[in-house]
Amino acid sequence: MNQATIDFAYLATAVCFILSLKLMNSPLTARKGNWTAMIGMAIAIVATMFSPGIRAENLGLIAAVVAIGSIGGYFSAKKIEMTAVPQMVAVLNGLGGGAVALVALFEFLHGSQQGVQPDMVQSVTTVLSAIIGSMSFSGSMIAFAKLQELLPGRPLTFKGQQVFNFLLLVVVLALALAIVAFGQATVPIFVGLLIASLVLGVSGVTPIGGADMPVVISLLNSFTGCAAGLAGFVLMNTALLIGGGLVGASGLILTLLMCTAMNRTLGNVIFGGVGNVVTSSGNSALAGKQPKSYSCEDAAILMTNSNSVVIVPGYGMAVAQAQHQVKEMAGKLMAMGIDVKYAVHPVAGRMPGHMNVLLAEADVPYEQLYELEQINPLFAETDVVLVIGANDVVNPAARYDKGSPIFGMPILDVDKAKTVIVMKRSMGAGFAGVDNELFVMDNCVMVFGNAKSSVAKISTALDQY
Amino acid sequence: MSLIAVVTVFVLAVFVGLEVIAKVPQTLHTPLMSATNAIHGVILVGGLLVMGSADSTGMQALGAAAVLFGTLNVVGGFVITDRMLEMFKTKRRGGGK
Repeated sequence: MNQATIDFAYLATAVCFILSLKLMNSPLTARKGNWTAMIGMAIAIVATMFSPGIRAENLGLIAAVVAIGSIGGYFSAKKIEMTAVPQMVAVLNGLGGGAVALVALFEFLHGSQQGVQPDMVQSVTTVLSAIIGSMSFSGSMIAFAKLQELLPGRPLTFKGQQVFNFLLLVVVLALALAIVAFGQATVPIFVGLLIASLVLGVSGVTPIGGADMPVVISLLNSFTGCAAGLAGFVLMNTALLIGGGLVGASGLILTLLMCTAMNRTLGNVIFGGVGNVVTSSGNSALAGKQPKSYSCEDAAILMTNSNSVVIVPGYGMAVAQAQHQVKEMAGKLMAMGIDVKYAVHPVAGRMPGHMNVLLAEADVPYEQLYELEQINPLFAETDVVLVIGANDVVNPAARYDKGSPIFGMPILDVDKAKTVIVMKRSMGAGFAGVDNELFVMDNCVMVFGNAKSSVAKISTALDQY
Repeated sequence: MSLIAVVTVFVLAVFVGLEVIAKVPQTLHTPLMSATNAIHGVILVGGLLVMGSADSTGMQALGAAAVLFGTLNVVGGFVITDRMLEMFKTKRRGGGK
Protein backbone atom coordinates (compact mmCIF):
# COMPACT_ATOMS: atom_id res chain seq x y z
CA MET A 1 0.00 0.00 0.00
CA ASN A 2 1.32 3.44 -0.72
CA GLN A 3 1.34 6.19 1.86
CA ALA A 4 -1.62 8.02 0.29
CA THR A 5 -3.87 4.96 0.65
CA ILE A 6 -2.76 4.51 4.24
CA ASP A 7 -3.41 8.18 5.02
CA PHE A 8 -6.85 7.78 3.48
CA ALA A 9 -7.50 4.83 5.81
CA TYR A 10 -6.38 6.99 8.75
CA LEU A 11 -8.93 9.59 7.65
CA ALA A 12 -11.63 6.92 7.89
CA THR A 13 -10.31 6.10 11.37
CA ALA A 14 -10.52 9.76 12.40
CA VAL A 15 -14.13 9.98 11.16
CA CYS A 16 -15.01 6.82 13.11
CA PHE A 17 -13.45 8.20 16.32
CA ILE A 18 -15.31 11.51 16.07
CA LEU A 19 -18.63 9.78 15.26
CA SER A 20 -17.99 7.44 18.17
CA LEU A 21 -17.60 10.26 20.69
CA LYS A 22 -20.72 11.88 19.24
CA LEU A 23 -22.72 8.65 19.65
CA MET A 24 -21.42 8.30 23.21
CA ASN A 25 -23.43 11.39 24.18
CA SER A 26 -26.64 9.39 24.61
CA PRO A 27 -27.26 6.09 26.40
CA LEU A 28 -29.34 4.98 23.41
CA THR A 29 -26.47 5.14 20.95
CA ALA A 30 -23.48 4.75 23.26
CA ARG A 31 -22.87 1.09 22.52
CA LYS A 32 -22.96 1.77 18.82
CA GLY A 33 -20.45 4.52 19.48
CA ASN A 34 -18.04 2.13 21.12
CA TRP A 35 -18.35 -0.23 18.17
CA THR A 36 -17.72 2.63 15.76
CA ALA A 37 -14.47 3.41 17.57
CA MET A 38 -13.52 -0.27 17.38
CA ILE A 39 -14.05 -0.28 13.63
CA GLY A 40 -11.96 2.86 13.32
CA MET A 41 -9.19 1.28 15.34
CA ALA A 42 -9.28 -1.89 13.25
CA ILE A 43 -8.97 0.14 10.04
CA ALA A 44 -5.94 2.00 11.43
CA ILE A 45 -4.23 -1.19 12.57
CA VAL A 46 -4.75 -3.06 9.30
CA ALA A 47 -3.61 -0.08 7.24
CA THR A 48 -0.50 0.31 9.40
CA MET A 49 0.47 -3.30 8.79
CA PHE A 50 0.76 -2.48 5.08
CA SER A 51 2.94 0.53 5.76
CA PRO A 52 6.11 0.60 3.63
CA GLY A 53 8.24 1.11 6.76
CA ILE A 54 7.30 -2.32 8.18
CA ARG A 55 9.96 -4.92 7.45
CA ALA A 56 8.57 -8.23 6.25
CA GLU A 57 10.75 -10.22 8.67
CA ASN A 58 9.10 -8.50 11.64
CA LEU A 59 5.53 -9.32 10.61
CA GLY A 60 5.40 -12.75 12.25
CA LEU A 61 6.64 -11.43 15.56
CA ILE A 62 4.22 -8.49 15.42
CA ALA A 63 1.30 -10.84 14.79
CA ALA A 64 2.35 -12.98 17.75
CA VAL A 65 2.61 -10.03 20.14
CA VAL A 66 -0.71 -8.58 18.97
CA ALA A 67 -2.35 -11.99 19.45
CA ILE A 68 -0.98 -12.32 22.99
CA GLY A 69 -2.07 -8.78 23.85
CA SER A 70 -5.54 -9.29 22.36
CA ILE A 71 -6.16 -12.52 24.23
CA GLY A 72 -4.84 -11.05 27.49
CA GLY A 73 -6.85 -7.85 27.08
CA TYR A 74 -10.04 -9.65 26.06
CA PHE A 75 -10.12 -12.15 28.90
CA SER A 76 -9.07 -9.78 31.65
CA ALA A 77 -11.74 -7.29 30.53
CA LYS A 78 -14.38 -10.04 30.36
CA LYS A 79 -13.51 -11.47 33.76
CA ILE A 80 -13.17 -8.31 35.81
CA GLU A 81 -15.95 -7.48 38.28
CA MET A 82 -17.93 -4.36 37.46
CA THR A 83 -16.91 -2.89 40.82
CA ALA A 84 -13.28 -3.07 39.75
CA VAL A 85 -13.78 -1.07 36.55
CA PRO A 86 -12.02 2.06 37.86
CA GLN A 87 -8.90 0.04 38.70
CA MET A 88 -9.00 -1.65 35.31
CA VAL A 89 -9.28 1.68 33.50
CA ALA A 90 -6.33 2.94 35.56
CA VAL A 91 -4.18 -0.01 34.53
CA LEU A 92 -5.16 0.18 30.85
CA ASN A 93 -4.47 3.90 30.86
CA GLY A 94 -1.08 3.30 32.42
CA LEU A 95 -0.25 0.74 29.74
CA GLY A 96 -1.19 3.25 27.05
CA GLY A 97 1.09 5.83 28.65
CA GLY A 98 3.85 3.25 28.91
CA ALA A 99 3.44 2.42 25.22
CA VAL A 100 3.87 6.09 24.32
CA ALA A 101 7.03 6.35 26.41
CA LEU A 102 8.42 3.17 24.81
CA VAL A 103 7.70 4.48 21.31
CA ALA A 104 9.48 7.74 22.20
CA LEU A 105 12.45 5.80 23.61
CA PHE A 106 12.56 3.66 20.48
CA GLU A 107 12.57 6.68 18.19
CA PHE A 108 15.27 8.34 20.28
CA LEU A 109 17.53 5.27 20.23
CA HIS A 110 16.85 4.72 16.55
CA GLY A 111 17.81 8.31 15.80
CA SER A 112 21.01 8.19 17.82
CA GLN A 113 22.03 4.85 16.26
CA GLN A 114 21.59 6.30 12.80
CA GLY A 115 23.52 9.35 13.87
CA VAL A 116 20.91 11.66 12.35
CA GLN A 117 20.27 14.98 14.05
CA PRO A 118 16.52 15.17 14.64
CA ASP A 119 15.01 18.55 13.88
CA MET A 120 13.70 20.77 16.64
CA VAL A 121 10.05 19.69 16.37
CA GLN A 122 10.99 16.01 16.40
CA SER A 123 13.20 16.34 19.41
CA VAL A 124 10.75 18.48 21.41
CA THR A 125 7.82 16.15 20.75
CA THR A 126 9.90 13.04 21.46
CA VAL A 127 10.97 14.45 24.81
CA LEU A 128 7.47 15.63 25.72
CA SER A 129 5.80 12.35 24.82
CA ALA A 130 8.46 10.50 26.83
CA ILE A 131 7.84 12.69 29.91
CA ILE A 132 4.02 12.66 29.76
CA GLY A 133 3.82 8.99 28.81
CA SER A 134 6.07 7.95 31.72
CA MET A 135 4.21 10.12 34.23
CA SER A 136 0.92 8.69 33.04
CA PHE A 137 2.26 5.16 33.39
CA SER A 138 3.57 5.43 36.94
CA GLY A 139 0.77 7.74 38.11
CA SER A 140 -1.88 5.33 36.82
CA MET A 141 -0.22 2.41 38.56
CA ILE A 142 -0.32 4.31 41.88
CA ALA A 143 -3.97 5.16 41.25
CA PHE A 144 -4.60 1.46 40.62
CA ALA A 145 -2.81 0.49 43.84
CA LYS A 146 -4.88 2.98 45.82
CA LEU A 147 -8.20 1.83 44.36
CA GLN A 148 -7.25 -1.82 44.81
CA GLU A 149 -6.26 -0.91 48.37
CA LEU A 150 -2.74 -2.23 47.91
CA LEU A 151 -1.77 1.23 49.09
CA PRO A 152 -3.73 3.09 51.77
CA GLY A 153 -6.37 5.37 50.25
CA ARG A 154 -5.42 8.30 52.45
CA PRO A 155 -2.96 10.83 51.08
CA LEU A 156 0.62 9.68 51.61
CA THR A 157 2.73 12.68 52.33
CA PHE A 158 6.09 13.37 53.87
CA LYS A 159 7.72 16.52 55.10
CA GLY A 160 8.90 18.72 52.28
CA GLN A 161 6.98 16.78 49.64
CA GLN A 162 5.95 19.91 47.77
CA VAL A 163 9.60 21.00 47.67
CA PHE A 164 10.67 17.52 46.56
CA ASN A 165 8.09 17.49 43.75
CA PHE A 166 9.11 20.93 42.66
CA LEU A 167 12.79 19.97 42.54
CA LEU A 168 11.89 16.82 40.64
CA LEU A 169 10.02 18.90 38.09
CA VAL A 170 13.08 21.14 37.77
CA VAL A 171 15.26 18.06 37.17
CA VAL A 172 12.87 16.80 34.47
CA LEU A 173 12.82 20.16 32.74
CA ALA A 174 16.61 20.51 32.99
CA LEU A 175 17.17 17.08 31.42
CA ALA A 176 14.61 17.88 28.73
CA LEU A 177 16.34 21.18 27.95
CA ALA A 178 19.74 19.47 27.87
CA ILE A 179 18.44 17.15 25.15
CA VAL A 180 16.47 19.67 23.16
CA ALA A 181 18.47 22.86 23.40
CA PHE A 182 22.01 21.96 24.43
CA GLY A 183 22.78 19.06 22.15
CA GLN A 184 23.11 16.57 25.02
CA ALA A 185 20.96 13.97 23.28
CA THR A 186 22.78 11.03 24.83
CA VAL A 187 21.22 7.75 25.90
CA PRO A 188 22.00 8.14 29.65
CA ILE A 189 20.37 11.57 29.74
CA PHE A 190 17.25 10.30 27.96
CA VAL A 191 17.00 7.30 30.30
CA GLY A 192 17.51 9.67 33.23
CA LEU A 193 14.63 11.76 31.87
CA LEU A 194 12.38 8.69 31.71
CA ILE A 195 13.25 7.68 35.28
CA ALA A 196 12.77 11.19 36.67
CA SER A 197 9.38 11.37 34.92
CA LEU A 198 8.35 8.00 36.34
CA VAL A 199 9.24 9.18 39.85
CA LEU A 200 7.34 12.43 39.27
CA GLY A 201 4.24 10.42 38.33
CA VAL A 202 4.50 8.45 41.59
CA SER A 203 5.18 11.40 43.86
CA GLY A 204 2.50 13.47 42.12
CA VAL A 205 -0.28 10.94 42.78
CA THR A 206 0.61 9.53 46.22
CA PRO A 207 -0.36 12.73 48.09
CA ILE A 208 -3.84 12.66 46.53
CA GLY A 209 -6.53 10.89 48.55
CA GLY A 210 -8.26 7.76 47.27
CA ALA A 211 -11.58 9.58 46.98
CA ASP A 212 -10.10 11.80 44.29
CA MET A 213 -8.64 8.93 42.24
CA PRO A 214 -11.39 9.08 39.57
CA VAL A 215 -10.40 12.66 38.80
CA VAL A 216 -6.76 11.65 38.72
CA ILE A 217 -7.44 8.75 36.36
CA SER A 218 -9.48 10.98 34.11
CA LEU A 219 -6.69 13.55 34.07
CA LEU A 220 -4.05 10.90 33.36
CA ASN A 221 -6.33 9.60 30.60
CA SER A 222 -6.15 13.05 29.07
CA PHE A 223 -2.36 13.03 29.59
CA THR A 224 -1.97 9.76 27.72
CA GLY A 225 -4.10 11.18 24.91
CA CYS A 226 -1.84 14.24 24.66
CA ALA A 227 1.26 12.04 24.76
CA ALA A 228 -0.13 9.85 21.96
CA GLY A 229 -0.90 12.99 19.94
CA LEU A 230 2.68 14.22 20.46
CA ALA A 231 3.94 10.82 19.34
CA GLY A 232 1.97 11.59 16.17
CA PHE A 233 4.35 14.50 15.56
CA VAL A 234 7.34 12.23 16.14
CA LEU A 235 6.13 9.64 13.66
CA MET A 236 4.29 12.11 11.38
CA ASN A 237 1.20 9.96 11.72
CA THR A 238 -2.31 11.41 11.39
CA ALA A 239 -4.06 8.53 13.18
CA LEU A 240 -2.01 9.26 16.29
CA LEU A 241 -2.38 13.03 15.94
CA ILE A 242 -6.16 12.87 15.69
CA GLY A 243 -6.84 10.00 18.11
CA GLY A 244 -4.46 11.48 20.69
CA GLY A 245 -5.70 15.05 20.24
CA LEU A 246 -9.35 13.99 20.59
CA VAL A 247 -8.71 12.08 23.81
CA GLY A 248 -6.38 14.71 25.23
CA ALA A 249 -9.10 17.35 24.82
CA SER A 250 -12.17 15.29 25.69
CA GLY A 251 -10.38 13.76 28.70
CA LEU A 252 -9.72 17.25 30.03
CA ILE A 253 -13.39 18.24 29.63
CA LEU A 254 -14.47 15.06 31.39
CA THR A 255 -12.01 15.78 34.23
CA LEU A 256 -13.44 19.27 34.69
CA LEU A 257 -17.00 17.88 34.66
CA MET A 258 -16.02 15.49 37.46
CA CYS A 259 -14.49 18.31 39.48
CA THR A 260 -17.70 20.31 39.05
CA ALA A 261 -19.69 17.36 40.39
CA MET A 262 -17.56 17.47 43.54
CA ASN A 263 -17.64 21.26 43.73
CA ARG A 264 -13.86 21.40 43.62
CA THR A 265 -11.35 22.95 41.31
CA LEU A 266 -8.79 20.82 39.53
CA GLY A 267 -5.98 22.62 41.34
CA ASN A 268 -7.60 21.85 44.67
CA VAL A 269 -7.84 18.15 43.81
CA ILE A 270 -4.21 17.87 42.77
CA PHE A 271 -2.59 20.05 45.42
CA GLY A 272 -5.31 20.26 48.08
CA GLY A 273 -4.91 16.80 49.57
CA VAL A 274 -8.38 15.97 50.94
CA GLY A 275 -7.98 14.09 54.19
CA ASN A 276 -4.77 15.87 55.11
CA VAL A 277 -6.62 17.41 58.00
CA VAL A 278 -8.78 14.68 59.44
CA THR A 279 -9.90 16.39 62.62
CA SER A 280 -12.30 19.25 62.17
CA SER A 281 -14.35 21.47 64.40
CA GLY A 282 -17.52 19.47 63.80
CA ASN A 283 -16.11 16.48 65.61
CA SER A 284 -16.54 17.99 69.06
CA ALA A 285 -20.31 17.75 68.67
CA LEU A 286 -19.93 14.02 68.10
CA ALA A 287 -18.02 13.44 71.29
CA GLY A 288 -19.83 11.22 73.75
CA LYS A 289 -22.73 10.43 71.45
CA GLN A 290 -23.19 6.79 70.55
CA PRO A 291 -24.92 5.59 67.39
CA LYS A 292 -28.06 3.47 67.76
CA SER A 293 -27.56 -0.02 66.47
CA TYR A 294 -30.49 -1.89 64.88
CA SER A 295 -30.87 -5.48 63.77
CA CYS A 296 -31.85 -6.30 60.20
CA GLU A 297 -35.31 -7.38 61.41
CA ASP A 298 -35.84 -4.00 63.12
CA ALA A 299 -34.85 -2.28 59.90
CA ALA A 300 -37.31 -4.44 57.95
CA ILE A 301 -40.17 -3.53 60.31
CA LEU A 302 -39.27 0.14 60.02
CA MET A 303 -39.51 0.00 56.25
CA THR A 304 -42.75 -1.99 56.10
CA ASN A 305 -44.38 0.68 58.26
CA SER A 306 -43.40 3.44 55.87
CA ASN A 307 -44.94 4.85 52.72
CA SER A 308 -41.77 5.83 50.96
CA VAL A 309 -38.21 4.52 50.95
CA VAL A 310 -35.21 6.09 49.28
CA ILE A 311 -32.20 3.83 48.79
CA VAL A 312 -28.78 5.53 48.73
CA PRO A 313 -26.28 3.06 47.31
CA GLY A 314 -22.59 3.71 47.90
CA TYR A 315 -19.28 2.07 47.34
CA GLY A 316 -19.88 -0.33 50.24
CA MET A 317 -22.82 -1.78 48.32
CA ALA A 318 -20.63 -2.09 45.26
CA VAL A 319 -17.73 -3.91 46.93
CA ALA A 320 -20.15 -6.28 48.65
CA GLN A 321 -21.72 -6.99 45.22
CA ALA A 322 -25.08 -6.39 46.89
CA GLN A 323 -26.84 -4.71 43.95
CA HIS A 324 -28.89 -7.82 43.11
CA GLN A 325 -30.03 -8.29 46.74
CA VAL A 326 -30.93 -4.61 46.88
CA LYS A 327 -33.02 -4.95 43.73
CA GLU A 328 -34.78 -7.99 45.20
CA MET A 329 -35.49 -6.21 48.49
CA ALA A 330 -36.77 -3.14 46.63
CA GLY A 331 -39.08 -5.41 44.64
CA LYS A 332 -40.63 -6.78 47.83
CA LEU A 333 -41.13 -3.30 49.23
CA MET A 334 -42.83 -2.17 46.03
CA ALA A 335 -45.08 -5.21 46.12
CA MET A 336 -46.27 -3.89 49.51
CA GLY A 337 -47.23 -0.63 47.86
CA ILE A 338 -44.25 1.30 49.22
CA ASP A 339 -42.76 3.91 46.95
CA VAL A 340 -39.07 3.08 46.29
CA LYS A 341 -36.55 5.43 44.74
CA TYR A 342 -32.79 5.25 44.35
CA ALA A 343 -30.72 8.37 45.02
CA VAL A 344 -27.53 8.30 43.01
CA HIS A 345 -24.86 10.78 44.03
CA PRO A 346 -22.69 12.00 41.14
CA VAL A 347 -19.58 10.43 42.65
CA ALA A 348 -21.22 7.39 44.26
CA GLY A 349 -19.14 4.32 43.61
CA ARG A 350 -15.69 5.36 42.62
CA MET A 351 -16.30 7.16 39.37
CA PRO A 352 -19.04 9.45 38.10
CA GLY A 353 -21.67 7.19 36.62
CA HIS A 354 -20.11 4.09 38.16
CA MET A 355 -23.17 3.49 40.38
CA ASN A 356 -25.50 3.75 37.39
CA VAL A 357 -23.52 0.98 35.73
CA LEU A 358 -23.75 -1.24 38.81
CA LEU A 359 -27.49 -0.67 39.23
CA ALA A 360 -27.95 -1.30 35.54
CA GLU A 361 -26.19 -4.62 36.04
CA ALA A 362 -28.89 -5.51 38.58
CA ASP A 363 -31.69 -4.46 36.18
CA VAL A 364 -32.91 -1.54 38.27
CA PRO A 365 -35.25 0.48 36.01
CA TYR A 366 -34.08 3.93 34.95
CA GLU A 367 -37.27 5.60 36.21
CA GLN A 368 -36.39 4.76 39.81
CA LEU A 369 -32.96 6.41 39.64
CA TYR A 370 -32.90 9.99 40.89
CA GLU A 371 -30.03 12.40 40.61
CA LEU A 372 -28.93 14.68 43.40
CA GLU A 373 -30.88 17.78 42.32
CA GLN A 374 -34.07 15.78 41.78
CA ILE A 375 -34.04 13.88 45.04
CA ASN A 376 -32.81 16.44 47.57
CA PRO A 377 -36.12 18.37 47.77
CA LEU A 378 -37.95 15.05 48.29
CA PHE A 379 -36.07 13.88 51.40
CA ALA A 380 -38.22 15.96 53.77
CA GLU A 381 -41.28 13.94 52.69
CA THR A 382 -39.48 10.61 52.82
CA ASP A 383 -40.21 8.17 55.66
CA VAL A 384 -37.12 5.98 55.48
CA VAL A 385 -33.79 6.47 53.79
CA LEU A 386 -31.65 3.37 53.50
CA VAL A 387 -27.98 4.28 53.10
CA ILE A 388 -26.05 1.25 51.93
CA GLY A 389 -22.31 1.61 52.32
CA ALA A 390 -22.18 5.32 51.53
CA ASN A 391 -20.51 7.77 53.86
CA ASP A 392 -18.93 10.96 52.59
CA VAL A 393 -21.76 11.70 50.13
CA VAL A 394 -24.28 11.86 53.00
CA ASN A 395 -22.12 13.75 55.50
CA PRO A 396 -24.03 16.89 56.61
CA ALA A 397 -20.72 18.53 57.58
CA ALA A 398 -20.17 19.22 53.87
CA ARG A 399 -22.99 21.79 54.08
CA TYR A 400 -21.70 24.00 56.87
CA ASP A 401 -18.40 22.91 58.41
CA LYS A 402 -15.73 25.05 56.79
CA GLY A 403 -13.07 23.05 58.62
CA SER A 404 -14.13 19.81 56.98
CA PRO A 405 -12.09 18.65 54.00
CA ILE A 406 -15.28 17.84 52.13
CA PHE A 407 -16.86 21.24 52.81
CA GLY A 408 -18.74 22.46 49.76
CA MET A 409 -19.19 19.07 48.14
CA PRO A 410 -22.84 18.65 47.13
CA ILE A 411 -24.34 15.93 49.32
CA LEU A 412 -27.57 13.99 49.54
CA ASP A 413 -29.60 15.61 52.34
CA VAL A 414 -30.65 12.28 53.87
CA ASP A 415 -30.66 13.74 57.39
CA LYS A 416 -33.85 15.64 56.45
CA ALA A 417 -35.83 12.39 56.18
CA LYS A 418 -37.90 11.05 59.11
CA THR A 419 -35.63 8.06 59.66
CA VAL A 420 -32.26 7.16 58.21
CA ILE A 421 -30.97 3.60 58.29
CA VAL A 422 -27.25 3.42 57.62
CA MET A 423 -25.72 0.09 56.69
CA LYS A 424 -22.01 -0.02 57.28
CA ARG A 425 -19.35 -2.53 58.11
CA SER A 426 -18.10 -0.47 61.05
CA MET A 427 -17.95 3.06 62.39
CA GLY A 428 -14.80 3.63 60.31
CA ALA A 429 -14.39 6.86 58.39
CA GLY A 430 -15.15 7.05 54.68
CA PHE A 431 -12.76 7.27 51.79
CA ALA A 432 -12.05 10.93 52.52
CA GLY A 433 -11.05 10.04 56.08
CA VAL A 434 -13.70 12.23 57.72
CA ASP A 435 -16.01 11.38 60.64
CA ASN A 436 -19.72 11.56 59.94
CA GLU A 437 -22.07 13.19 62.44
CA LEU A 438 -25.08 11.76 60.63
CA PHE A 439 -24.49 8.44 62.38
CA VAL A 440 -25.19 9.83 65.85
CA MET A 441 -28.15 12.02 64.88
CA ASP A 442 -31.46 11.31 66.63
CA ASN A 443 -33.24 10.18 63.48
CA CYS A 444 -30.45 7.82 62.42
CA VAL A 445 -29.99 4.13 63.19
CA MET A 446 -27.10 1.90 62.17
CA VAL A 447 -27.16 -1.66 60.88
CA PHE A 448 -23.63 -3.03 61.11
CA GLY A 449 -22.38 -5.78 58.86
CA ASN A 450 -21.59 -6.70 55.29
CA ALA A 451 -24.04 -4.97 52.93
CA LYS A 452 -24.87 -8.12 50.99
CA SER A 453 -25.76 -10.30 53.96
CA SER A 454 -27.58 -7.45 55.75
CA VAL A 455 -29.75 -6.68 52.74
CA ALA A 456 -30.42 -10.38 52.22
CA LYS A 457 -31.52 -10.67 55.88
CA ILE A 458 -33.84 -7.68 55.55
CA SER A 459 -35.22 -9.20 52.39
CA THR A 460 -35.93 -12.49 54.18
CA ALA A 461 -37.52 -10.62 57.09
CA LEU A 462 -39.80 -8.79 54.65
CA ASP A 463 -41.27 -12.11 53.54
CA GLN A 464 -43.03 -12.36 56.90
CA TYR A 465 -45.17 -9.32 56.18
CA MET B 1 3.70 16.19 5.45
CA SER B 2 4.62 19.75 6.19
CA LEU B 3 4.88 20.85 9.80
CA ILE B 4 2.03 23.31 9.46
CA ALA B 5 -0.26 20.60 8.06
CA VAL B 6 0.56 18.37 11.03
CA VAL B 7 -0.05 21.16 13.53
CA THR B 8 -3.34 22.01 11.80
CA VAL B 9 -4.55 18.42 12.07
CA PHE B 10 -3.64 18.25 15.76
CA VAL B 11 -5.19 21.59 16.71
CA LEU B 12 -8.42 20.77 14.86
CA ALA B 13 -8.57 17.36 16.58
CA VAL B 14 -8.23 19.08 19.96
CA PHE B 15 -11.07 21.47 19.16
CA VAL B 16 -13.34 18.68 17.99
CA GLY B 17 -12.50 16.81 21.20
CA LEU B 18 -13.48 19.81 23.29
CA GLU B 19 -16.75 20.34 21.42
CA VAL B 20 -18.03 16.81 21.05
CA ILE B 21 -17.95 15.96 24.77
CA ALA B 22 -19.73 18.88 26.43
CA LYS B 23 -23.22 17.35 26.48
CA VAL B 24 -22.58 13.88 27.90
CA PRO B 25 -24.97 12.94 30.74
CA GLN B 26 -23.36 11.93 34.02
CA THR B 27 -24.56 8.35 33.66
CA LEU B 28 -22.19 7.94 30.77
CA HIS B 29 -19.09 9.46 32.33
CA THR B 30 -17.51 6.18 33.33
CA PRO B 31 -18.19 4.42 30.01
CA LEU B 32 -16.98 7.52 28.18
CA MET B 33 -13.76 7.65 30.16
CA SER B 34 -13.28 4.00 29.40
CA ALA B 35 -13.99 4.50 25.69
CA THR B 36 -11.61 7.45 25.32
CA ASN B 37 -9.09 5.36 27.22
CA ALA B 38 -9.43 2.70 24.52
CA ILE B 39 -9.14 5.31 21.77
CA HIS B 40 -5.78 6.60 22.99
CA GLY B 41 -4.69 3.01 22.55
CA VAL B 42 -4.26 4.19 18.95
CA ILE B 43 -0.64 4.53 20.11
CA LEU B 44 -0.63 0.87 19.05
CA VAL B 45 -0.26 2.23 15.52
CA GLY B 46 2.95 3.93 16.66
CA GLY B 47 4.08 0.73 18.34
CA LEU B 48 3.48 -1.26 15.15
CA LEU B 49 5.41 1.27 13.07
CA VAL B 50 8.45 1.27 15.34
CA MET B 51 8.44 -2.47 15.90
CA GLY B 52 8.11 -3.01 12.17
CA SER B 53 11.17 -0.87 11.55
CA ALA B 54 13.30 -2.66 14.16
CA ASP B 55 16.57 -4.07 12.81
CA SER B 56 18.09 -5.63 15.92
CA THR B 57 16.87 -7.94 18.67
CA GLY B 58 17.06 -5.22 21.29
CA MET B 59 14.96 -2.84 19.24
CA GLN B 60 12.51 -5.63 18.39
CA ALA B 61 12.06 -6.30 22.10
CA LEU B 62 11.49 -2.60 22.81
CA GLY B 63 8.98 -2.34 19.98
CA ALA B 64 7.29 -5.56 21.10
CA ALA B 65 6.77 -4.13 24.59
CA ALA B 66 5.13 -1.03 23.08
CA VAL B 67 2.90 -3.19 20.85
CA LEU B 68 1.91 -5.43 23.77
CA PHE B 69 1.01 -2.45 25.99
CA GLY B 70 -0.89 -0.80 23.15
CA THR B 71 -2.84 -3.95 22.28
CA LEU B 72 -3.84 -4.52 25.91
CA ASN B 73 -4.97 -0.88 26.10
CA VAL B 74 -7.08 -1.12 22.93
CA VAL B 75 -8.66 -4.54 23.38
CA GLY B 76 -9.17 -4.34 27.14
CA GLY B 77 -10.54 -0.81 26.84
CA PHE B 78 -13.11 -1.58 24.15
CA VAL B 79 -14.26 -4.85 25.73
CA ILE B 80 -14.81 -3.34 29.17
CA THR B 81 -16.65 -0.35 27.67
CA ASP B 82 -18.88 -2.69 25.71
CA ARG B 83 -19.65 -4.69 28.85
CA MET B 84 -20.75 -1.55 30.64
CA LEU B 85 -22.90 -0.28 27.79
CA GLU B 86 -24.45 -3.68 27.23
CA MET B 87 -26.01 -3.38 30.68
CA PHE B 88 -27.72 -0.13 29.85
CA LYS B 89 -29.14 -1.77 26.77
CA THR B 90 -30.64 -4.91 28.33
CA LYS B 91 -32.16 -2.83 31.07
CA ARG B 92 -33.85 -0.44 28.68
CA ARG B 93 -35.37 -3.24 26.67
CA GLY B 94 -36.51 -5.23 29.69
CA GLY B 95 -37.94 -2.22 31.51
CA GLY B 96 -37.07 -3.90 34.78
CA LYS B 97 -38.44 -7.42 34.41
